[in-house]
Amino acid sequence: MAGADGDDSLYPIAVLIDELRNEDVQLRLNSIKKLSTIALALGVERTRTELLPFLTDTIYDEDEVLLALAEQLGNFTMLVGGPEYVHCLLPPLESLATVEETVVRDKAVESLRKISQEHSPVDLEVHFEPLVKRLASGDWFTSRTSACGLFSVCYPRVSSTVKAEIRQHFRTLCSDDTPMVRRAAASKLGEFAKVLEPEYVKSDIISLFTALASDEQDSVRLLAVEACVSIATLLPQEDLETLVMPTLRQAAEDKSWRVRYMVADKFSELQKAVGSEITKNDLVPAFQNLLKDCEAEVRAAAANKVKEFCENLPEDNREQIIMTHILPCVKELVSDTNQHVKSALASVIMGLSTILGKDNTIEHLLPLFLAQLKDECPEVRLNIISNLDCVNEVIGIRQLSQSLLPAIVELAEDAKWRVRLAIIEYMPLLAGQLGVEFFDEKLNTLCMAWLIDHVYAIREAATCNLMKLVEKFGAEWAQNTIVPKVLGMANDPNYLHRMTTLFCINALSEACGQEITTKQMLPVVLKMSNDQVANVRFNVAKSLQKIGPVLDSNALQTEVKPVLEKLATDSDMDVKYFAQEAISVLALA
Amino acid sequence: MMGDRPSPPRAMSSAPTTSPSVDKVDGFSRKSVRKAKQKRSQSSSQFRSQGKPIELTPLPLLKDVPGVEQPELFLKKLQQCCTVFDFMDTLSDLKMKEYKRSTLNELVDYVTVSRGYLTEQAYPEVVKMVSQNIFRTLPPSDSNEFDPEEDEPTLEASWPHLQLVYEFFIRFLESQEFQPSIAKKYIDQKFVLQLLELFDSEDPRERDYLKTVLHRIYGKFLGLRAFIRKQINNIFLRFVYETEHFNGVAELLEILGSIINGFALPLKAEHKQFLVKVLIPLHTVRSLSLFHAQLAYCIVQFLEKDPTLTEPVIRGLLKFWPKTCSQKEVMFLGELEEILDVIEPTQFVKIQEPLFKQISRCVSSPHFQVAERALYYWNNEYIMSLIEENSSVILPIMFSSLYRISKEHWNPAIVALVYNVLKAFMEMNSTLFDELTATYKSDRQREKKKEKEREELWKKLEDLELKRGLRSDGIIPT
Repeated sequence: MAGADGDDSLYPIAVLIDELRNEDVQLRLNSIKKLSTIALALGVERTRTELLPFLTDTIYDEDEVLLALAEQLGNFTMLVGGPEYVHCLLPPLESLATVEETVVRDKAVESLRKISQEHSPVDLEVHFEPLVKRLASGDWFTSRTSACGLFSVCYPRVSSTVKAEIRQHFRTLCSDDTPMVRRAAASKLGEFAKVLEPEYVKSDIISLFTALASDEQDSVRLLAVEACVSIATLLPQEDLETLVMPTLRQAAEDKSWRVRYMVADKFSELQKAVGSEITKNDLVPAFQNLLKDCEAEVRAAAANKVKEFCENLPEDNREQIIMTHILPCVKELVSDTNQHVKSALASVIMGLSTILGKDNTIEHLLPLFLAQLKDECPEVRLNIISNLDCVNEVIGIRQLSQSLLPAIVELAEDAKWRVRLAIIEYMPLLAGQLGVEFFDEKLNTLCMAWLIDHVYAIREAATCNLMKLVEKFGAEWAQNTIVPKVLGMANDPNYLHRMTTLFCINALSEACGQEITTKQMLPVVLKMSNDQVANVRFNVAKSLQKIGPVLDSNALQTEVKPVLEKLATDSDMDVKYFAQEAISVLALA
Repeated sequence: MMGDRPSPPRAMSSAPTTSPSVDKVDGFSRKSVRKAKQKRSQSSSQFRSQGKPIELTPLPLLKDVPGVEQPELFLKKLQQCCTVFDFMDTLSDLKMKEYKRSTLNELVDYVTVSRGYLTEQAYPEVVKMVSQNIFRTLPPSDSNEFDPEEDEPTLEASWPHLQLVYEFFIRFLESQEFQPSIAKKYIDQKFVLQLLELFDSEDPRERDYLKTVLHRIYGKFLGLRAFIRKQINNIFLRFVYETEHFNGVAELLEILGSIINGFALPLKAEHKQFLVKVLIPLHTVRSLSLFHAQLAYCIVQFLEKDPTLTEPVIRGLLKFWPKTCSQKEVMFLGELEEILDVIEPTQFVKIQEPLFKQISRCVSSPHFQVAERALYYWNNEYIMSLIEENSSVILPIMFSSLYRISKEHWNPAIVALVYNVLKAFMEMNSTLFDELTATYKSDRQREKKKEKEREELWKKLEDLELKRGLRSDGIIPT
């Protein structure tokens, strides 16, 4: 039968190719996705001589099919006979790298990058590098765009003459006529700089970087900011001031908010790359400006970086810089007109307390926390609450509790269920920090109220919350405070509330332990097996299955088994199903 | 599993099971409803407050000074109007804002009626004043998911001045005394590039003025035409392949519509490339409905110029035919009808097979609007005549879909339309129609058999893969 190299009679290429040509796109797509199977059937030789030429010649298809093809070819090395023949894959991938659709092209480039590693240095120069050159000098912008992503993978492994050519091509593309190509080049500038020899970083990359950073299109300039991080890390400290900083300063004050946004967004990376001296002299004032920018987008991006920026300041005068330069800006942001800015700040501001220490936190930060806890926007309040642990370490949460409580209560009753859901998720954390007494006094009612929320997701989260609370405060606390309330709901006229009892029992039984489960919970569950609503009954079956392992065998045999057997003969199909399932899982049959 | 059944009262998990992330808004109300509560937003990135009040020294009216002094005063007024005010602060510089407004008004009137005012020195000053006022980085969109179909656009706050500046500039460009040969020193590529970027403005009033401005510039500056076309290309390509966001696509297409109209024959390769590589891919964009009318107009313009482009255009549309968006599919069908309205019979023959395969798919779409739109083709006399001439090719392609829908489509209106179409076919070519009816069943069976063979082939191939995989861990033995 099929030999190592495929079998003509069984799998004539015509049949296979028919599949790849099927009129129905979906079928064609399926066939392309299984291209490796076809190749396997054909064997390496015929894959090289028949299949690949066919694919190369007939590439005109829907982008979806092309995308699948581009992806497949990246994993085809073994199917064409290993690294020795890997260059056979270049022609179809070259065509795919010139396609209009970005996702196809990107995938083709990704595959090319992958198989470039499988080329020997000789093949790289003979086959791969010429392809890169062809793409780089293509007529239509798509091929030149694709070329940008290929320079860095072949550069390290070719001879110095070829290297010089590659650098020249990259230079040309950086000043290409179309902004699309310049954008592609700018986005690969950092990556390319990393593989260049240090002398060329200085002689080539810096001038390209400067040019791209002052491009007429802001979409190009902002990509240069990204490259700035990589370039700065490659240069010795003494060169940064003259080679990089003028451009970076200019970017931080660019007339386009998109560029300034990018600077704000990359600020921590930039800060690390340029080092502490430049940070002190240049970045601190730049950061202040970004925090005061006229566009909210920029302020929000900068606000997000406040904590990281402060953390990475040189320790010797960190506190002084924060107190005199950063904190005044932060104070203003607390009452910003834009809620995204405030909410970005609220997500990091608590982190400052660890950096500034107890006294400063109480004197300067606490008023800000309190102000944000009273903010009109729920997201701001939530972000403060979700980061309480940072403050807790420094000054303890008690300082905040007076303001915290109204904020929590208000969020707990917010009209938007997602807000309620978010605050529930912080309950265990809050409970841990506020302590059991405070909790019982102020928050317990809230936690119980959520159990009868009209949104299922809230009831579900409330159930899970109870379990976490019990894990924190222990079984005895559970027995005294929540179990009675939960079990009381079993008699509620609303079947959804009755089911909540069951869900709570499922969640709590393990944490509460055998005694509470057997003595208090089990009787309630068993009683509910007579409920008139089938949903409740089959959830009884599910609950019994769930709490079974916590019970002792006596209770299982004498109490659980008869009830399950009864449910297994219920008139409702689902009740029967779950009862039977429980019987078999608990091995009661 | 059977746990979550929909029948009441068991719909226990009727609750939203969305990710726990906190959303700004409850996701249930329609966006337009939510938005309605907010007031119309205004924005401007025009100005960074300098904090100081602005003082302009009032100048006499142009009509109040002797004619010889007017050019000089005109320049002074232009210079004053370079001052830009902060309109986000509604209370600042009220008096000076009013002064600038009245000065701009005066300038508008002046360039419209006066003669002999346009000295050579005036050109750079006019361009400078216009640039200072209109060129700016557009502010970020108010909501990052701005949906032009549903959301109110953010209006430019400085419009009271901006409008007059645009008005003035258009009058200037249209003035009888305007000399492009002098102006081209100042209205250059860089100027045009910045002008084009403004088309992304969310404010429809501004885009409307920009459209006129660009149109005038294209008309008067021959040297800039190729550049303008190239830059519009770049904007479109970026829009299609990178961002899917640009507010001024419809306006730019409208200008292009009239540009295409003026193309000389035979069409240059550049123009054909623009059609195939830019205009056709524009059909893939999600927000197609916002500029589809203008786009279809451009396409039809091209085909009226050069009918040989019909085949690549229709093939392009077929390639990008919407797969999931029925609204877009209806738009495509509308455009295709516009194309068929002007198609030459010789071109029709070249493209009829792939074209009617697609139409046959549309006709059997479960979405009745798609099916209906496609079936309306049979009400078009010209299309009917083309179908009739080629019924021996088209009827076999269409038959099985039509036959099937006539039996199974859920919508009675569609079934009725299909009966009419079948009747029309029967009248056109009754012999072929009878043949197809007779072989319908056996054809279906043959298809099924083929389907089965395919499945078997793949099964065999998979077995083989499995066998080889076991033998050598996925790597082919040598």
